[in-house]
Order: sequence, then structure tokens, then C-alpha cells
Amino acid sequence: MLQSIVHWNCTGFRLLSRFCIEFSVAMSILAYNGASIIAMKGKGCVAIAADRRFGIQAQTVSTDFQKTFKMGDRLFIGLAGLATDVQTVASKLQFRVNMYHLREERSVAPETFMNIVANVLYEKRFGPFFIEPVIAGLDPVSGEPFVAATDLIGCPDVADDFAVVGTASEQLYGMCESMYEPNLEPEDLFEVVSQCLMNGCDRDAISGWGAVVHIIEKDKVTTRTLKARMD
Amino acid sequence: MALVNGRRPLFAGLSSTATAPITAARSTPASVSGRYAALSAEDDAMAESELSGLTELNQQLGAMSQLPVFDVPAVQDPAAFLHAYTEDPHSKVKIHIQHGTTTLAFKFKHGIIVAVDSRATGGSYIASGTVKKVIEINPYLLGTMAGGAADCSFWERELARRCRIYELRNKERISVAAASKLLANMVYGYKNMGLSMGTMITGWDKRGPELYYVDSDGTRLHGDMFSVGSGSTYAYGVLDAGFRYDMTPEEACELGRRSIYHATHRDAYSGGFVNVYHVREEGWVKISSTDVNQLHYGYKAGFAQ
Repeated sequence: MLQSIVHWNCTGFRLLSRFCIEFSVAMSILAYNGASIIAMKGKGCVAIAADRRFGIQAQTVSTDFQKTFKMGDRLFIGLAGLATDVQTVASKLQFRVNMYHLREERSVAPETFMNIVANVLYEKRFGPFFIEPVIAGLDPVSGEPFVAATDLIGCPDVADDFAVVGTASEQLYGMCESMYEPNLEPEDLFEVVSQCLMNGCDRDAISGWGAVVHIIEKDKVTTRTLKARMD
Repeated sequence: MALVNGRRPLFAGLSSTATAPITAARSTPASVSGRYAALSAEDDAMAESELSGLTELNQQLGAMSQLPVFDVPAVQDPAAFLHAYTEDPHSKVKIHIQHGTTTLAFKFKHGIIVAVDSRATGGSYIASGTVKKVIEINPYLLGTMAGGAADCSFWERELARRCRIYELRNKERISVAAASKLLANMVYGYKNMGLSMGTMITGWDKRGPELYYVDSDGTRLHGDMFSVGSGSTYAYGVLDAGFRYDMTPEEACELGRRSIYHATHRDAYSGGFVNVYHVREEGWVKISSTDVNQLHYGYKAGFAQ
């Protein structure tokens, strides 16, 4: 994971760290609403899991906020960060995916979609959307699992195991590094990704309040909502 | 007496500051207000006289009753120095002190209910979910914790020591008024030096059930109902809606518990367990310690019926 960050020349990530200093003067805009999302690879399957809280700093406003968006039959994106930008970027991406379908008459591959995301975000290089996306999907032709994340200005980072974003990202890294194993079956992947998200969020004050987990397989997508701590 | 930044820690009288806490403005039943409202002036005078007696003894006994001595950063303005590294959002160095909390206490027919949450946070990180925010000063006195965890636990521990010394010297228990003033005066000596503490001191003395709010600004208020912390507004909402002076102890405990639960649900910086205490004439009793999760899904099942 870290190696792949270094490998990707780091333009985005280096600038991200500069942005963080600038924007965290009061409190990072990325942490204004609170969110935590994980994408994880399994054997012939991928999982994406997100919390459900929408809050304004300390105040929890609702607990059924959508942070994962279906972009294809076997393709999801999770958007953590500023809630208004989450919704704007989700519809922008939906538009780009629809245009792709019209032009190409085939479904968009996860890697292609990652490049679309990177381009959409880089368009706003000097006034970025305050979001961190994670992508989880299966290749429409080969069925190969794909997991990736980008920073807020679109530096892509393809992961070979899992990707985490959001206000509990440190906790989620800790959970995933210790719980993850390669080639999990769908049922086991669901268990691991759910435990990682729930226990990670339980150490974060501004994300949690329930969770949604999608398990994406070649022939079906299973969506479950988790019973989590509500404080 | 300890010299802090070349200043003597002040033993001031009742201090009032511009920043008052959020207090419940509510009409109290005649029986309570009649009994306690007239008391506060006389009350403070009594608390003062109890303390001045203590101060004389203190002078005789010297070291035992001195204010604790602290090392202070060797800079021009230690308060500004500390502030820059703990509170100032522009600082690149971030030392977070525990802040978020919900605590409440209210008087009713059968004494006082004290209810608190148990979450400790540093920034948005949940440092602990099992903090004891009710400090058992002695079998008749309780204190609550909001603000800096270390500040609260240290000063209330110091208060407990002083209350015990008072008891040994005077062969009677200290009043809640005097104990709360002891605490207020101690922290007032460190005003504007970065202490962060919002506490309620409760107990049952010869005047009956007593409740005081004391904070690190030096504010000390007598009242019938207080809630302190980042979740206090949520707790007040439930408390005010459900309060009756003549509740049974069971109803009152449940109201306290529910108020804290709703605060933990809405406030990101409150959570964990709800701890409930009941202050009675014979002393305080710990009633319950319930996981918020259990309460949430319990109440939810209740709604469905």
C-alpha cells in the first residue's frame, strides 16, 4: 500500500499534505461532517462498507446518509468527506458513467472508472471537492476484483488488498492490517469488512451510527445494514 | 502559600464572571424555592465563616493546608504559552485535552439524581469509553467531571483531602456549600492559567440536599438543576420536558438516564455508559451503570410496541 503511494509519483499526496495544513487551520473541512469507508478484495469478490452518520461537527443530524453509490452492475464508489461535495461528485460521476454507456455501449471497467474519477477531481485542482473516494468493483469481462482510492485532487492509488478513507482512517488501517487475509470467500469477507468498519468507527467520535456493507460478486450484489453502536 | 507566576493564588470571596454556564431557568415548586431560595445569601455567609475558621487553622498548621505547588513554564506569560499549545487552533502542535461530556444533576422530592456519560475524547479520537465521571469525594459528597479530565480528578481529589481534614478538625462533616466554595477558591487562584473544569458538587448536609455548579472561571452557583458539557443542551431538553418535583426515585433515575442517553445519541463527544447516582439523607448510592447501546435498542424496541 505504502509502496504504491510512493510509486505513484506522489504529486497528489504531497500536495494533499500541504492542503491539510492550510485547511486544518480551524478544523479540516474533510472532517466537518464525518465519514468512514472501507473497500476490500476477496476471492472473486469485493466489499465496500460505509458508516451512515451525517453530522455537523459534534451534532449528529441523521443516521441514514448515503455515502456509497452504485456506478455499474458490479461497480461501487464510496465518498467520504464534505457531505455537500459527496452528493455533487456522486451525480457528476453518474453523469460521466451515463455518457460512457451511450458512447461505448458497454459497462465501464473499474480501472477506467478510477481514471474518470481522477479526471473529474483534477478539473478542480485549485479549488478541490473536499472528498476522498474509494472504488470497489469487478472487471465486467474478467471478473477480476479491483479496489482503489484517490486523494481529493485525483491521485489514483490502486490497492492489492484494501483501501480506507475518512475520519477514522487511522483506526481503519489498524483494523484492516490486522484482520485482512487474501482470498476470502464472500461470507468471510463480509465478516472481516464489517468488523473492521464497526470497531474502527467505535474509536471515532464523528463517524458510525450504523453501517452499510455491499458484497459484490460476479452474479449478485448483497447489501446489508449493520446494527452498530448509536453513540 | 504557593507563588504562581509571581502571583499569590487568591482566596477570593464569591466570584462572578461574565461567562456564566448554561443553567436551567425553570420555575421550581413552592416547597423547594421557599426552602432554598432565601438560603443562598445566608448560605454563602455561612460557607465563608466556615472557611475563615479553617483558614486560621491552616495558618497554624502551615504546610498541610497549602495550595498545591506547581512548576510553571519559564516564560513571560505561562497561561498564553499553555494556551498556544492546547487550545489555539492556529498552532501546528496539537495537544488535545479531553473536552466532550454530558453530565447532569437535579434536585427532586427524594434528594438529588446525578447522571453522567463515560466518553473521553482527544480531538475526534475516542480515548476511552469507560471513564468514571462521578467522583466519590466521601460517602456524603459527589462531584462530576467535565472539561479537562486531569484537572477535574486532581482538584476534586484535593477537595476530598481538604474535606477530610475539615472533618477531623471540626468533628463534623463539611457542608456542600463550604466544600464547593473550597473548590471554587482553589481553582480561582489559577484563573486564566488554562485550567478547564466544569463540575457539580452535590451532597446531603444539615441543610438538606444541596447542589452547586463550580467551574474553572471561578463561577459558583447554587441551583436545583444543572447540566454541564458539550451534550448538556440535549440533556436539558429531555430533562425539562420530563421533570416533576414529586417523581419517585425510580422515575427520577430513569429521567436522568434517558437525558444522558439522548445526549450521547446526538452529541459526538458523549457516549459509552450512563452512570446514575442518587443522593439521599444517608449518603449517596450508585444506582446503575448501563451501556448506551443496550439503552438505545431497548428504547427502540419500546417505541415499536
